[in-house]
Order: sequence, then C-alpha cells, then structure tokens
Amino acid sequence: MSETNTTNQHVSFLKYQGKYKGLLGWILSTDHKRVGLLYLYTMLVFFSTAAILGLLMKLELIAPGMTIMGPQTYNAMFTVHGIIMIFIIVVPGLPAVFGNFFLPLMIGAKDVAFPRLNLLSWWVYVIGILTVLSSQFIGGWPDTGWTFYAPYSFRTPVNILPALFGAFILGFSSILTGINFIVTMHRMRCPGMTWFKMPLFPWTLYATAWIQVLATPVIGITLLLTVMERVMGVGIFNPAMGGDPILYQHLFWIYSHPAVYIMILPGMGVISEILPVFSRKRIYGYKAIVLSSLAIAFVGYFVWGHHMFTSGMSGRALYAFSFLTFLVAIPSAIKVFNWVSTMYKGSLNLQTPFYWAVSFIFVFMIGGLTGLVLGSLATNVHVHDTHFVVAHFHFIVFGGTGFSFMAALHYWFPKMFGRMYDRTWANTGWVIFFSGFLTLYLPMFYLGILGMPRRYYDYLPEFHGGNIISSLGAIAMIAGILIVFVNLIRSSRHGEKVTEKNPWGGRTLEWQTDTPPTLENWETEPTVTEQPYEYK
Amino acid sequence: MILGASTFVEGVDNAFILILAFSFFFLIAITGLIIYFIWRYNNKRNPKATQIKDSISLELTWTIIPIFLVLGMFYYGYVGWIPMKRPPEEGLKVTANARMWSFSFQYENGRTSDKLYVPVDSAVIIRLNALDVLHSFYIPAFRVKEDMVPGLTNNRTWFEATKTGTYNLFCTEYCGLQHSYMLSEVVVMEKEEFKIWYEDTTAVAAVAPEGANMALLGRQLLQSKGCIACHSLDGRDLVGPTYKDAWGTMVNVVTDGQSRQVTYDDEYVIRSIYEPDYDIHEGYRPGQMLSYEGELSDQDIEMIIEFLKTLAP
Repeated sequence: MSETNTTNQHVSFLKYQGKYKGLLGWILSTDHKRVGLLYLYTMLVFFSTAAILGLLMKLELIAPGMTIMGPQTYNAMFTVHGIIMIFIIVVPGLPAVFGNFFLPLMIGAKDVAFPRLNLLSWWVYVIGILTVLSSQFIGGWPDTGWTFYAPYSFRTPVNILPALFGAFILGFSSILTGINFIVTMHRMRCPGMTWFKMPLFPWTLYATAWIQVLATPVIGITLLLTVMERVMGVGIFNPAMGGDPILYQHLFWIYSHPAVYIMILPGMGVISEILPVFSRKRIYGYKAIVLSSLAIAFVGYFVWGHHMFTSGMSGRALYAFSFLTFLVAIPSAIKVFNWVSTMYKGSLNLQTPFYWAVSFIFVFMIGGLTGLVLGSLATNVHVHDTHFVVAHFHFIVFGGTGFSFMAALHYWFPKMFGRMYDRTWANTGWVIFFSGFLTLYLPMFYLGILGMPRRYYDYLPEFHGGNIISSLGAIAMIAGILIVFVNLIRSSRHGEKVTEKNPWGGRTLEWQTDTPPTLENWETEPTVTEQPYEYK
Repeated sequence: MILGASTFVEGVDNAFILILAFSFFFLIAITGLIIYFIWRYNNKRNPKATQIKDSISLELTWTIIPIFLVLGMFYYGYVGWIPMKRPPEEGLKVTANARMWSFSFQYENGRTSDKLYVPVDSAVIIRLNALDVLHSFYIPAFRVKEDMVPGLTNNRTWFEATKTGTYNLFCTEYCGLQHSYMLSEVVVMEKEEFKIWYEDTTAVAAVAPEGANMALLGRQLLQSKGCIACHSLDGRDLVGPTYKDAWGTMVNVVTDGQSRQVTYDDEYVIRSIYEPDYDIHEGYRPGQMLSYEGELSDQDIEMIIEFLKTLAP
C-alpha cells in the first residue's frame, strides 16, 4: 500500500483518495473492503436480473398452456436463471462479498494476503460474466439447463460455447479467492489469535476455500472437454461418437456437489456470528461447529452420486452414495442443535439480523429434512427430477445462502456504510419476503410428490392448483426483495449516521475498529486473549 | 399417499412415511423450541443472559442418536428400492423407444403403440432405448423412474401393475424444446383384455388389411410415432412445419446451402422422413429430426401420404 499517505490514515475506506479518483478509485482499488463492495454491487445487479427471470417463469406457469412466452424462451430462461444464480451469485456470494470485507477485520489483519490477486479475481469474475452474456450475441441464449448435460448440449442448435467458457472463467475467480483466503488465515491472524480463537465465519470460509481450490478444477476440466467435444468432436461424452453421457454427469457432480457446500458453509458461519451477538451469550459448542464444518467439507466430496440415482449407473455404487449422503446430514444437524442451544437462557435482542438468522434455521431445516427424502433410494426414485427437487434446492441454496446473505447484510451494514437502515421497513421487507418464499416453494414439494417433472414449460391440468399458489408466492417474494433492497440502497446514502464502533454489542474484532473502517483497518494491531463470543 | 398402482408402491411409500414423520416431528419440535425461546428469553423478559459451558456428552448425544435415525431411514430406503433393481426372468418384454419428443413402445410380436398397454398383475420388463438424447421413463403411480441413455443398450426397468386403469407416463429428463409435451399413458388392462389387444394384428401398422382406410391409418401413425409433437395438424407453428395446407404446394427449402423450391409431393415427403436434413424447410432448424429409416416402412409412408393429401389446401 505504498500509495497511502498519512492524511488518509484516519479517513474511512469509502472516502479516501488513492492514486485514482471516482470510479477508477474503486475498480482499481486493492483494498479488500472496496473489492468486497465491488462484488456486492455486481451481484446486486445480476441477482435482480435472475430473480426477474424467475418471476417471469413463475408467471408463465400460473396457467397451463402458453401464458406469456414460448417454450424456447422459457427453456433459455431457466438455463440463464440457473447459470447466473449458481455461478455468478451463490458460489462466489458470501466469501466474495463478506469474506473479502470482513475476513481481514475479523482476524485482525490489514488486508488479505494477496491484495492484487484479490482485485484480479474480481476482474476475472467480471470477464467471466461478460463471456456468459456474450451468448446473446453469438448464437442465442443457451437452452440446456445450467447442468449442460450431454448429449443434448451437443445437439442443441444454439451456441452454448460462450456460457461454457464463461463458467470456466468464473471458476478461476473462485480458485483465486480460495487460495487468497487460505493463505490469509494461515499467515495473517493477529497476535494471540490461535486457530481455536478464530471466529466461526472465518472458519467456515477456511473450509469453503479448500473446496474452492480442490474441486473447481474438476468443473474446469469438464467444461473444457465439453468445449473440445463440441468444437473438435473428440467423442468423450457424446454417444453418437462413442462417448459416455454418464461420465459427463459424474464429472459434473464431482464438482457441483461440493459446490453446494461452497454455497452453504459460509452461510452457516454468518448465522454462527449473529446468534451469539443477538443472544448476548457465548456460542454453544464452538468446537463442534468448527469440526462439523470441516466434516461437511470433507464428506461432501463423496456424495455426488446422489444426483444420479436414476441415471443408469451400477446399483452397488448407488447404495454406497445413499449411505454417505445420510452421513453428511449429521454435521448439519449438529449445527442446528448448537444454534438453538445458543438461544437458550440468552437475552434475545429482536432485531432484523436476528429475524433473518432465525428464519434461516427454519428454512434450512426444511431444506435439510427434504434432503433426507432425496437421499433415500426408494423415495428418490419417485421424486427425482420433479418439482420436489426444485423446491428442495431452493430451500437450501436460496433459503440457506440467500437468507444468510440477507442476515449478513443487515448485520454488517452499519459497519460497512457507517449508516443504519430503516428498521421498520427492514422488518416489513423480511415478513413479506419470508411469507412469499414459503408460499412460492412449499407447493412445489407437493407438486413433485404428485409427479410433476421439473424444467416443465407446460403441465397437465391436475398440477394447476399448486402452480397458482406458487406463482402468487413468487409475486409476494419479489415485492419483499424490492422493499429490502430499496431500503438498503437508500439507507447506504441517506440512512441515520452510525459513528459508534459497536452498534450491536459484538465481541469479534471487526466491531473494535472504526465505523466505517479506515484504509488499513487498525491504528494499532489488535491482540486477542480470549475466545470469540465470550460474553460475561 | 397419492395414487399408487404397482407392487413397488408399498415399499416406497413406507420409506416416505417414515422419513416424513421423522421430519415433521423434528421440524415442529425445533421450531416450537425456537418460538418458545424467543418468547421466554427476549431481552424484555430476560434482561441478563446466563452463560452456559459446552458439554461434550450433550454434543455426543445429538451426534450419535441422529446417526442411528438416519441409518434407519437409509435401511428403509434400501429395502423399498432393491426390488426395482431385480427384474424377474419371465414377463412381458417391451422396448420403450424415446426420441425428441415422443415415446413409442414395441412388443415382441412386432406390435407398436404410442401408449404402453400392459396386463394387470404381471411382470413387465421394459428395455429403455433412447435414440437421440437423455430421456427418463417415469410413471408416478408405479413409483418407477429410470433414465433412458443413448448408447446404453442393456438398461432395463420393470414393474408389476396392481390395478387396472390409465396412468401418466412422463419424460423427466430435460430433452429440449418440447420436453414438457413428451408424455404418454400406461393402460393397465385385465389379462384377457390385454391378450385380445396384443393379438389384434390388424392394428399392426406394417400390415394394412385389404380395403382399409389408408388415410385414417396414416393419421394414427403420425400420432403413434410422435410426428405431431413437432408438426401440427392445425397450422400451429411448432418445431417443424405444419402438415396443414401443405400437400401439393411449393415449398422453399435449403439444400446444401442453396435455396430452391420443391413441390410437396411423394418424393419430397419420403426424402424428408428418411433424410430429414437433406432439404431444410426455410425458417426451420436442421438437426432437429432423426431419420425414420427402418422405423417406417414404405407402406407406412404411403398411408401417411394418403392422410397428408386430405390436408391439402
């Protein structure tokens, strides 16, 4: 940080003047906090886009037959919705935004280990996004579903290469962030912060970072092979050329299942931060939460086969995968028990972040318990590839990652912007969002049990009732999102000023620095002597 | 739970009920506890928190008990599933052919059909055959599902229906534009009734009886081979051009990159069925249709042509 001069040292990171002014001062800044916000703004734009695509799909499904669009548009929409939500929002999601912003603050460091690499990963991320978007101009939006299953991905007349390349590039961004975080946590914890004095959000980032580094190359290879197959016709996945489509599914899920834990683990970390602060009580079972995070990251590598129970692979492999899938449920259950115990005999401060955190536990339980239905062989066969699966993974990915993202945003907002949001509007937005969410996704479980397949542009009349309710829920949920976003965006500029360092009474280090933090975070390097969350 | 009509239903539904009962119990218990804590320990009612030390024995308790519970669920899931993987040696053998976007079923005596007709209380062994991309064979009422993988020739599934009636059969693996219209029905008949249907060779498309209504048979063929999933009879524009008002007209096509006009006649129809990508109808995409060489005989096509003539403008 050679460009820093002494006058900048007490200026908030939002205001300081580096080498460049204005927009350049942001997109060329290596400050971890500015990089975190760059990710946040980028995601805000793309999340909104993909959420609107989701709303349009639900409106199409409100009645049988064609409602507002044709099947090609619908198929492209669920594909683009999936690609944006998975590769651009939830996989980078919490680590890129809150990990970048708060990891150095929470472990008492001045920045991440490689600030330039960190800025590079945002740039790579943007290049990846632009590559995906270029599909529109080179051959039309992809219509294969975000999974790009062979051999349809070789037969479709639209050009899926830009989307494949885009996803490949986005993977690099993910790997770079992962490496950066691992080194940061190994090398840059402040004096006194031993591994077991590190807060839980960094711990989950640590587990996540290892998955990012070790699993992402597999999807990179798979996507490259698919590109080679489409361009050069090498015949690895396409049965017309002697390839094996099931091999594609294996390779795809070897990454994409651990990726689910990339999405959810940091969310669990956020909830583990918020609950003790708003319960005024030390977290229950700190070590159990740490160990269960590592266990999830590890066992998560060996369960990919449960995406393929009906794919035609060997029966013996199937029951091994089912067995391991049930085991991976245990660490998540342990976390829920510890979170609920943290509230026991606490002094609960009922604020917006707490509401988001508690509703996270509720939707995460529904997501997890319906995961048991999908993990069990007999029941999986019935609901595989139906709306039941769609409901399940929206409860986990949107309910889990989305709710914890909102919780994190409302929790750390005053520290990030030095301002407070309107709490009444924040709570109103939460109530509407939460009820809309349940109304949208709960009927899908029912539709799936009735047998309605997923990725369905149109359906038989017997599925109409559930779809009406679900579509109305979508409208309510979008209204909730709108209220939450407008409130936060408005408050980031005009909200009530916050100058105190610690508005929620947190015990972790990020609450001991200025609000908003200065360029290098600390005037004097902090030291740590006790466990995080030690309320007296 | 929902409509069930095969021997697999009991095993699957038992696993369902067990897992759902367990899930509802935990969901309600934990949610209840959370709501109680919010009411009892909010900071107005409980201004001072009590700090509590971790307990290893408690952590072990809520680790070990759930392990046994999930192992129980695993076991029930396994027991309900294993019969699906063990088809009997003897039974009615049917080949299910899937293509974008229709099913057709072929019986050992040569009979083909667009619906799956089966006898009640008898084992039916289905050979799953996909001609182009991944499809999936799903009968919700039978709790049966298995992907149809192109190139995987020995993939089979089986079932034994327990009640007569008509049931939905869906493709559950996304297969492109008309995926949601790729569906059929299973008709479960009494054994005697099925026998009559099965041996009714007059319905075997390949042998048209003397004096039969050729156009009507042609229409049935278009239906049973799934042609009308992409080519409408009423002028709607689907994946391919409509049959309505087509016969005898001049069509703009692209052949080897050259635009030209051809007459919609016998020659054009036969070539389009056997070599779909030879003449590309202007405004439509190549590579959408597979050749029906070997699947439709010359006489079949004759019947189809007779029917198309009735649609001429």
